[in-house]
Amino acid sequence: MKPYFLLRAPIPRVLVWTMGILSLVLSVSWYIWKSENAVGNPQQETFFPTARIILQTSWQMITEDHATILSDIYHSTYRVFAGFLLAAFIAVPIGVLMGAFNIAAAFFQPWAEFIRYIPVPALIPLFIAIFGVGEEPKIYLIFVGTFFPLLLMVADEIRRVGYDLIKVAHTLGASQLEIMTKVLLRSALPGIFDALRICHGWAWTYLVVAELIATNEGLGIRIMKFARFIQMPKIMMYLVILGLLGLTLDMLFRAFNRYAFRWADTSKK
Amino acid sequence: MKLDIRDVSKRFVTDERIIQALMSSNFTVDHNDFIVFLGPSGCGKSTLLNIISGLEDASSGQVILDGDPITGPSPEIGMVFQQYTLFPWLTVRQNAMFAAQLSCNGAKGQLENDRPRNIIHRAQKLLKLVGLENFSNAYPHELSGGMQQRLAIVRALANRPKVLLMDEPFGALDSQTREELQDMIQLLSQVEKITVMFVTHDVDEAIYLANRVMVFSQSPGRIIEEVRIPFGPTRDPALKLSEEFLAIKKNLKELINQDKTPSYSRKELLELISHST
Repeated sequence: MKPYFLLRAPIPRVLVWTMGILSLVLSVSWYIWKSENAVGNPQQETFFPTARIILQTSWQMITEDHATILSDIYHSTYRVFAGFLLAAFIAVPIGVLMGAFNIAAAFFQPWAEFIRYIPVPALIPLFIAIFGVGEEPKIYLIFVGTFFPLLLMVADEIRRVGYDLIKVAHTLGASQLEIMTKVLLRSALPGIFDALRICHGWAWTYLVVAELIATNEGLGIRIMKFARFIQMPKIMMYLVILGLLGLTLDMLFRAFNRYAFRWADTSKK
Repeated sequence: MKLDIRDVSKRFVTDERIIQALMSSNFTVDHNDFIVFLGPSGCGKSTLLNIISGLEDASSGQVILDGDPITGPSPEIGMVFQQYTLFPWLTVRQNAMFAAQLSCNGAKGQLENDRPRNIIHRAQKLLKLVGLENFSNAYPHELSGGMQQRLAIVRALANRPKVLLMDEPFGALDSQTREELQDMIQLLSQVEKITVMFVTHDVDEAIYLANRVMVFSQSPGRIIEEVRIPFGPTRDPALKLSEEFLAIKKNLKELINQDKTPSYSRKELLELISHST
């Protein structure tokens, strides 16, 4: 047991799973204990429904009203991906330019740094005024929330490519454009995909904010509708759906990275 | 091939003062010369190498390759660095053939242009010569330091440069591997009839490889002497223990150390030792 408590001591795979399951079991048992104790106390009973009630309600909704769940998942996923992909397609090329040319960085950096610190919810009134209340303001809100941090992260990944690689490519006869595409971008690609993975997670955060704008369908707004009627079991269910969606997509990103960038020596990082 | 270094010097201007990194230097390099720049760190030897490569500008003077002044990096002048500069996302073979896909070699599918094919052919031949052909599909992080530098040499030579510049290429290797690669590069330079300019601060390495050693000194950085090494074009590792070799080594060491004072207080340390006994 003792060696596992040394700084950065490696642990066997079995222990990784054991600890993960242990933390899950502990949290769930705490909740079960809490909710069972609340039975009979009318106020607490509402806010801490028992596990049985949560499962029953969830099952009921899945069997009787899965159209609503699927439609909410569809609408939210669509918004997240529309905003996030738009941000990615614009931020990656500009970020590469910023990382490659100091003159481009000097031009874009001030705005990026400035807008990055504006809280996205503060933009809602402005966006409603400009884009109305359809899908556009929601998508653009997610776009703004992810674009600027992504831009700076991509630029940093490009800057992290060693200058020696640029020098050696020059002496092999590569042009500036060739160095940008064949050396800088290729070298930074694993880092850029990691930045995309992280920003994709933020997109889900901004989704809930974006769905505050006159929305009928979506995971975020549904939770707020449930809250209005204090439907705790349904809120719990939707939170689990959000978590599982994010976790699945994150795992897909990671699996892609591992497959596409086998050349990156992970043992040295 | 003829390379002319004419009055090349380098100054750095900071807010407070001007630093003379390299005083005016003059010499001519002939085909198949193996020239070693020897000197302590900060003597301008790497600066001169970078100027010849076109990666750095000279403050004055010119480097002239076959009649044309060098204005920037070009495939005619290859370079191998001390740090590992392989492309980690390419396999050993793809690294060796990197230059074949570049537009300067007409890689855009011109049938009459056979430069890319020549590079690929040469890369394969060289990988075999340096003992890397069985690792063709490995990625750089799977190679040892010595193998990585052998690949860096192959990648530079596959491009068939007129001059190969090497900036302390074996400096990060253990001494055993370093001696192996020294032997390999001197044989390779004779087989391929390449012209090499090589920076090092290792005196043994300089004598073993060079036919001409440029001895540098620091503050200001300058060439203080050119020493011709009288051994033939191919050399045997046993040479390093011969008396002739050691005599040259003694001479070079004296040249390097002639106006050098230790940066630590040697006198005080010696006094402390004599007091304690």
